Amino acid sequence: MPVEVRLPTQLRPLAGGATSVTASEGTVAAVFADLSARYPGISEQLVDESGALRKFVNVYRNDDDIRYLDQLDTKLTDGDVVSILPAVAGG
Amino acid sequence: MAFVAPTLRLTEDQYRAIVGHCYDGLPNEACGLLIGPVASGEPSGAVSKVRPCRNEDASALTYRIDGRDQIAAMRAAEARGEEIVGCWHSHTHTDAYPSATDVAQAAWYPEWVYVLVSLRDGDPVLRAYRIRDGDVAECQVAVS
Repeated sequence: MPVEVRLPTQLRPLAGGATSVTASEGTVAAVFADLSARYPGISEQLVDESGALRKFVNVYRNDDDIRYLDQLDTKLTDGDVVSILPAVAGG
Repeated sequence: MAFVAPTLRLTEDQYRAIVGHCYDGLPNEACGLLIGPVASGEPSGAVSKVRPCRNEDASALTYRIDGRDQIAAMRAAEARGEEIVGCWHSHTHTDAYPSATDVAQAAWYPEWVYVLVSLRDGDPVLRAYRIRDGDVAECQVAVS
């Protein structure tokens, strides 16, 4: 069973309208690279030019924020669910 | 205005929970999420749960809802067959009106109702808005 990646509304058009897509297990970074190869434009929304997670993007492995795990190096195994949520922020 | 600005309906307890949480957060901005039913993708203005969250920025000028609180609120909403329908945050020294930063960030959740609580004056001022494509429309607030 692969990894499920749940997409926020704004990214779904880049994945043909899908609410979630599957990817092979690995790190979060590897999953993003995998998605980018299949759905051009997605990766740019998630990581910046230096490869770091964008500031206002929250990524979860199951219910855990990856910033409190190993960030983009967080390992994903079969059956894990990755949720991508834009942060709620302002001034 | 091409989008619906529903009347935000809060119970007295919900209103007190939001405003109280804003005072508890001083001197920093406080923030939280609203859970409620969604019909046809548009908010109805009904709120079933208010979820106070931590301000990750711990700042008097900005807020970011703690990512862990955000996913917990989303799961709680899913368990009720509902969704996150809005958020609130306080302005400690300015009006209860969305800042330029608030308007820019709202692009991610254009379907939400945004509640602003100003603590600038003696009495708190709570107002609500829809924010879409950079446009701001005020929602009426009914507390009962």
